[in-house]
Amino acid sequence: MNPTINAARFIGQRVPRKEDHRLLTGRGTFVDDVVVAGMLHVAFLRSPIARGRILSFDTAAARAMPGVHAILTAADLSALKIDMLSFFLAPAEIAITPLADGRVAYVGEPVVMVIAVDRYVAEDATSLIEIDYDEEDPVVTIDDARTGAPVHPGMDSNVAAAMGEDEINEPLEALLRDAPHLISGTITHQRIAQSPMETRGVIVSPQGSEEIIVYITCASPHLIARNLSMAFNLPNTNFRVIAKDVGGSFGLKNQPWKEEMAVIAAGILLGRPLKWIEDRWENLTGANQAREQEMTLRIAFDNDGKLLASHADYHLNNGAYPHGADCNIAVVMFLWSAYKIPEFSFQTQGWFSNTAGLAAYRGPWAIETLAREVLLDEAARKIGIDPIEIRRRNLITRADQPMVASMGIPIDDISPMECLDKLLEVVDVAAFRIEQEAARKEGRYLGIGFATYIEPTGAAGSINVMTGELAHVQIEPTGKVTAIMSTHSQGHGTQTTMAQIFAEELGVPFEDVTVHEGDSSRGGFSPGAAGSRQGVIGGGASIKAAGLLRDKIKKVAAHLLNANPDDVTIEGGMVRVRGAEEMTRSLRQIAEIAYGEPDRLPPGMESGLEAQYRYNPPPMTFTSAAHACIVEIDAETGFVKIKRWVSSEDCGVMINPAIVEGQISGGLAQAIGTVLLEEFGYDDRGNPTTVTFKDYMLPAISDVPDFEFVHANTPSQAEGGFRGVGEGGCIIGPPTLVNAIADALSPFNARCLDLPLTPSKILQLMEGKDISRAAQRQVKSDAAAAAAAAKAVAEKEVHIGSHGEGLPPMAAAMLPGGADAAALEAESTESEVHADGSATEAAPPSSPAGDWDCVMSTPMGPQTMKLHFDIEGDAVTGYTSSPDGTAEFTGIALGNQIKFDLKVTKPMKITLKYDIAIEGDVLAGKVKMGLFGTAKLKGSRAE
Amino acid sequence: MSDHRIELTVNGQTRSATVEGRRTLSDFLRIDAGYTGVHVGCEHGVCGACTVIVDGRAVRSCLMLAVQADGAAVTTVEGLAAPDGTLHPVQQALRDAHGLQCGFCTPGIVMTLAALTSDEKKPGAETLLGAMSGHICRCTGYQGIRKAARALAGEDV
Repeated sequence: MNPTINAARFIGQRVPRKEDHRLLTGRGTFVDDVVVAGMLHVAFLRSPIARGRILSFDTAAARAMPGVHAILTAADLSALKIDMLSFFLAPAEIAITPLADGRVAYVGEPVVMVIAVDRYVAEDATSLIEIDYDEEDPVVTIDDARTGAPVHPGMDSNVAAAMGEDEINEPLEALLRDAPHLISGTITHQRIAQSPMETRGVIVSPQGSEEIIVYITCASPHLIARNLSMAFNLPNTNFRVIAKDVGGSFGLKNQPWKEEMAVIAAGILLGRPLKWIEDRWENLTGANQAREQEMTLRIAFDNDGKLLASHADYHLNNGAYPHGADCNIAVVMFLWSAYKIPEFSFQTQGWFSNTAGLAAYRGPWAIETLAREVLLDEAARKIGIDPIEIRRRNLITRADQPMVASMGIPIDDISPMECLDKLLEVVDVAAFRIEQEAARKEGRYLGIGFATYIEPTGAAGSINVMTGELAHVQIEPTGKVTAIMSTHSQGHGTQTTMAQIFAEELGVPFEDVTVHEGDSSRGGFSPGAAGSRQGVIGGGASIKAAGLLRDKIKKVAAHLLNANPDDVTIEGGMVRVRGAEEMTRSLRQIAEIAYGEPDRLPPGMESGLEAQYRYNPPPMTFTSAAHACIVEIDAETGFVKIKRWVSSEDCGVMINPAIVEGQISGGLAQAIGTVLLEEFGYDDRGNPTTVTFKDYMLPAISDVPDFEFVHANTPSQAEGGFRGVGEGGCIIGPPTLVNAIADALSPFNARCLDLPLTPSKILQLMEGKDISRAAQRQVKSDAAAAAAAAKAVAEKEVHIGSHGEGLPPMAAAMLPGGADAAALEAESTESEVHADGSATEAAPPSSPAGDWDCVMSTPMGPQTMKLHFDIEGDAVTGYTSSPDGTAEFTGIALGNQIKFDLKVTKPMKITLKYDIAIEGDVLAGKVKMGLFGTAKLKGSRAE
Repeated sequence: MSDHRIELTVNGQTRSATVEGRRTLSDFLRIDAGYTGVHVGCEHGVCGACTVIVDGRAVRSCLMLAVQADGAAVTTVEGLAAPDGTLHPVQQALRDAHGLQCGFCTPGIVMTLAALTSDEKKPGAETLLGAMSGHICRCTGYQGIRKAARALAGEDV
């Protein structure tokens, strides 16, 4: 921690934001505010069906319309080879084109783009285009995806991504089975539309062939520029990406997707500036969405309510074209990272469907906290102990640290227990219980809910795009301070918080500091606002850069004034020498010399007053919190009124408490929306049913109470002591509110596991009904008697987290490794038959020796690599080579089976256990990746 | 498409224009008149971001046609602060209370509060907060907006 923080002149103050004056007076610059001379406007014609083949287009009438400049389809854009990349810049697992190419896979998928003089004309023209489709039955839900025909042609199932154990962990099952208490439940989380108030939008403005300016509403201009340069692969072209003001992102704007890529491609092909601004109907139809998950969590406790073991079975809907095929490793990594639990294992699967693709949403792994905290409360009720006590018995305390938590997460700096203790200083639980008891006698249902959690923030250094942050700061010749940051704000206020740090560290007035960001041509690479990282890493970079500059100013001043650098101080923009008031100079005076009279500087010193630092923080910085919420449920209407909400969090040193509280409050409002209001729906044909804000209900001011805050402020180990706070409210908020509702409904033995908890569902719970998704499935399968038998078996098995036994063959094939194993078995059997009995023998199995081109499906997307084997008897030696480097290994070769271990240090220190089978020129197998689960490996002999 | 001649004042300046009958007031203000502080968030009258003041009343400019504003006096968020940059009391209250983050919904919130507090009107906090239920903010959780509304109603916050 930097010692000057104790001076706290700017860091820690509720300074009004620098962004606010322009935003309050309508002078911000959002993407739709940008006008480029000669700009044309784009409208998309979107698919009206969820799944089918495109048979024919008729665009003649639209082309003939006055004001229409061009009408483009996938065939037109195929003149450019475009790679649609994930957030991690990995190529997509499936073929993705900006416009639908031959098939459509969700309602709202862009099929044709019209380019016209204005948006009105462009939209008119889309209505004149006729497309014939051959409609097919869609796969809409996770259940549909398990049994339905593959969404993407050529795939053998709808499994988009899978991790975890693919065999039953018998010792873990025994622990669960034999425990004194086993709590099990399936949490279902509805689909969420991120709904930033500013929709997506882009302007492409080609500047000849060497520079293309892209104005885009995004979460990091640097990441977009890097993505575009890789996606379009035009070696002589630089993409300059500009995004001054952005109206929220919440994960949606992390990367350019179909529409943005189509507009940029069209701009390149036509050589014209083009603008597309998404309207809200498009945003709630065509934009990627989030969540739609279910997790079956089993937790075993001993007689004292202490954790013994747990297993998570997690599934989420990836839609048709996810921003990256995903079953989010973070969900299982952090599920138990704040708790002492001896044994844990998991299985996770992401599923393709004919719906809008998956994108991130604030705290993309948040279901772990929801499932854990809700079931901990259920466990407390079942075991008969207090919900606070069950956490007290199981949370990792300061005394337990350092320790290695579940999934190998090193824990040495978390404080959820302290947060809970501080929370209980302001929430009088005993008094509430008395009030609750009295209210129940009057037929009023009050409830209190608690939750605790930790969150990894400011991660850097282990995943390629999650880098450090760069701060460049200079004292201008005018004496003012200008900083260029790699950070980017979509409302985060980094122009304010970073300026507070510079003012503090440089000893200058806050008003004298201007922070610039939002232009990829200025400042260095950063992934921007993703993973609660900018305060931690950008803040650290600002401190370090300011320190370098401060030292230089002191050296220059000491040299000019013939003083000792240790006697030089900077305060209020004035440079002073201790004990010599007459030597006081303004920063402007020092700067004018530093830039304009370099001969007067110390010998060999670089002229000017500028400094730059790229700060790389510790791999992870944890934020901890405990929240409490009190609700009253109206027994007549099922409405939930939130009466009180207290946040007690430890986000380290606060740069600006008002901004910290703003981040938490925004996340909590989204949590309230998640638990009570928001639900993005599809009908059975894959038609979205909530495409306006009258149907997709966002929380209004009347839905959100006044929040109370308790801050713990334990400095982190990162420079400045900061911890990230961007996502936490949206992670801990949902279980806090669900637990309060469940507490209120405890007289009814209600299980609140199915979000959102709408008034009608709450009334059903009060009537003793089972509202769980499993129960709904049962109703559905009763109605469809013919399918009932097969379906019931599948559901039962999946529900208890089984690993394939008893599943229909197709479902078994979808489990990780299942398809490969089944296929291999079939092939080898066939080959034996041939070898034994047939004259027309199959080609003899060729040696595994030599080079193989392989693709490994990792949690960060598919990774290409080369494998080389040399075989000598039962021994194999060889090496893997990838863009990350080359590694050698030795292992064993048994016939066509090769096994070897490989120790790697990135993204974490793990041992990769390869188990490969080779048939002719085809390689298939799996790689056990420690806590990352098991990845599939496929390959072919290199030519 | 029918064209119509309209004349109106925007932030005190007279403007005349020929507009299509279907042109929304929000598009006219943003695209034709250059007042890009008018933000279009949903185009179906729910989010409130596009709110402007027409003849003293807060209206959603996405649900009003430009032709309907013929002869009207329109104020946008650009027209509130003093020429020297001094913020309007509503703007200042929101700034003091950290009532905004991304700032996209903010112009609509400012205009509704400005309309309700104009001409020395002194509405109570309940009136202001009730009106705020017609504005969606996805960033702030409404904490600062509520504080600003209470401050404008003269309550201690």
